[in-house]
Amino acid sequence: MISVQHLTKYYGSFLAVNDVSFEIDDGHVYGFLGPNGAGKSTTMNIMTGCLSATSGHVLIDGHDIFEEPDKAKRLIGYLPEHPPLYLNETPLEYLHFVGEAKGLHREELTRQVTQVMEKTGITAMKNRRISNLSKGYRQRVGIAQALLGNPRVIILDEPTVGLDPLQIIEIRDLIKELGKTHTVVFSSHILSEVQTICDQILMISKGRLVAFDTPANLEKRLLAPNEIRLTTDAAPDTLRHILASVTAISQLTIEENTGRWTVAHIRTDHQDIYELSRTVYLAFAASDCVILEMALKKGTLEDVFIELTESGAAAKPAGRKEA
Amino acid sequence: MTAVFKHELRMYFQSLTAYVFGAFLLVIVGIGAMLYNLQAAVSNFEYVLSFASIIYAIIVPILTMRVIAEERRQKTDQLLYSLPISTLQVILGKYLALLTVFAIPLCIISVYPVIFAQYGDVYLPTSYGSIIAFFLMGAALIAVGVFISSLTDNQGFAAGVCVAVILFNYFSVTLSEYVSSTANGSALTLFVLAAGVGLLIHYLTRNDTLACAVGFTLMAVVVLAYFVNGSMFEGLLPEIMTTLSLFERLDVFVNGVFDLTAVTYYLSVAVFFLFLSVQSLEKRRYN
Repeated sequence: MISVQHLTKYYGSFLAVNDVSFEIDDGHVYGFLGPNGAGKSTTMNIMTGCLSATSGHVLIDGHDIFEEPDKAKRLIGYLPEHPPLYLNETPLEYLHFVGEAKGLHREELTRQVTQVMEKTGITAMKNRRISNLSKGYRQRVGIAQALLGNPRVIILDEPTVGLDPLQIIEIRDLIKELGKTHTVVFSSHILSEVQTICDQILMISKGRLVAFDTPANLEKRLLAPNEIRLTTDAAPDTLRHILASVTAISQLTIEENTGRWTVAHIRTDHQDIYELSRTVYLAFAASDCVILEMALKKGTLEDVFIELTESGAAAKPAGRKEA
Repeated sequence: MTAVFKHELRMYFQSLTAYVFGAFLLVIVGIGAMLYNLQAAVSNFEYVLSFASIIYAIIVPILTMRVIAEERRQKTDQLLYSLPISTLQVILGKYLALLTVFAIPLCIISVYPVIFAQYGDVYLPTSYGSIIAFFLMGAALIAVGVFISSLTDNQGFAAGVCVAVILFNYFSVTLSEYVSSTANGSALTLFVLAAGVGLLIHYLTRNDTLACAVGFTLMAVVVLAYFVNGSMFEGLLPEIMTTLSLFERLDVFVNGVFDLTAVTYYLSVAVFFLFLSVQSLEKRRYN
């Protein structure tokens, strides 16, 4: 559906997007994740034809966004970071203008405007001036605008920024709803948001695509090691002795003795944390010591995110689909 | 294009812009008509237009200052970029809406000569020829205003620059009598202007190679021409200033000549500045 090929964008001498390639298929919700200034907005602006790329191509259903902007843009609905609203108009007037600009006429125009207002829940507000609407409603008008013309892909740039928690939930539900009928690409720097809504996550950092996979796969393939926090009645030396037989342990740290119990942190590079937990348990059972508490800490998507975006060392985008 | 046109038109009539513009134009033409046609009992309506033309320095900025600057400030220009309409269509839609707002008071004004004709001998062809020229000149100035508005996201700045440019154009004939008409002075000024063109291109395109190439080529041409034939520059600067004046050409119509060169000139200026506006909008994509 959307094919981004070797996209590079320089602002003067600043490299904002660095050789990004990916492919977006029909009928999923895609999340664009990255810290502020990572190049999310720039990439989206280029994908929608609002900005030119220094090099690289964007094909929407085979139409190059710069060569055939008319055909390509009809397939996309775009909500930029700042909803582009004419503040002294009403949503109705505004949507009529956008609909007309997208080539809708008469009954079709009225029908679609009514439909998108229904979908985004702004029908009650249709005759108020946009300047009097709350931020959440403005965002909805912006999304309604993107839906006009029934494009196959909806691209939303940080649609939940600046909204209150209730509004955020509403917008997220709306995105999920849209995901059933459209391909949705949206950006965010909030991890949990992307994790709950998206089928696929594109992580971008310092202008590079560092990961492109499902949330589950990303978690599976995490780079942060698993960790077990162990509280036991064994003395530190005994503890070391017991665990010496467990080969899967890559690192063992014992906290300063805080009274009767010993607290230790066991790290492993092995993926299967339960297997390690089992071995540890058996080792203790054999040595007549008691495990008082065993807390398993699995690497989360958060860790992957931080790892991928902070280190910047991930030169090769792992798990990237063939573009 | 029609979508942009209708949208702009509705915005002008929902805000005060269209009314303020129309009121200013009608008031100044009304005062002129009273002074010349009623009190002095002159039957030539064209003199009124010549008198009223200075009002362009106020009303054109009123009309054009927000046309693109405001889109930028509200960030609605992003919407225009993402819609399946070209930049050319956006500019043309906006420009035609401006011309419509401009044409409405002018239609009212067109009735005046007919009214005056009821009470005396009015030579209508000159009157209407001048009204057409008055409209074309306004159209050219509006195109200039659109371009200036496209350079900034600050309406006030756009208005200020627009007033300055139109006033300079208005007085350029008067000024041309005071500027140096010697070959040296003209050559020097043209040399500086060539450098200015280079800087303008640099600002518009952010393309150093192109800006340097054009700027230095023009400067070199001036220098070469000066050394090859210095006398060519004799009185050149005042001549250029007179030629470029939009207002000077209106007087030809007022004097009873329907000057096709002037019509062509007005249209060329309009097309040229609309072209620049399109480039200026396009440039935002290539920053």
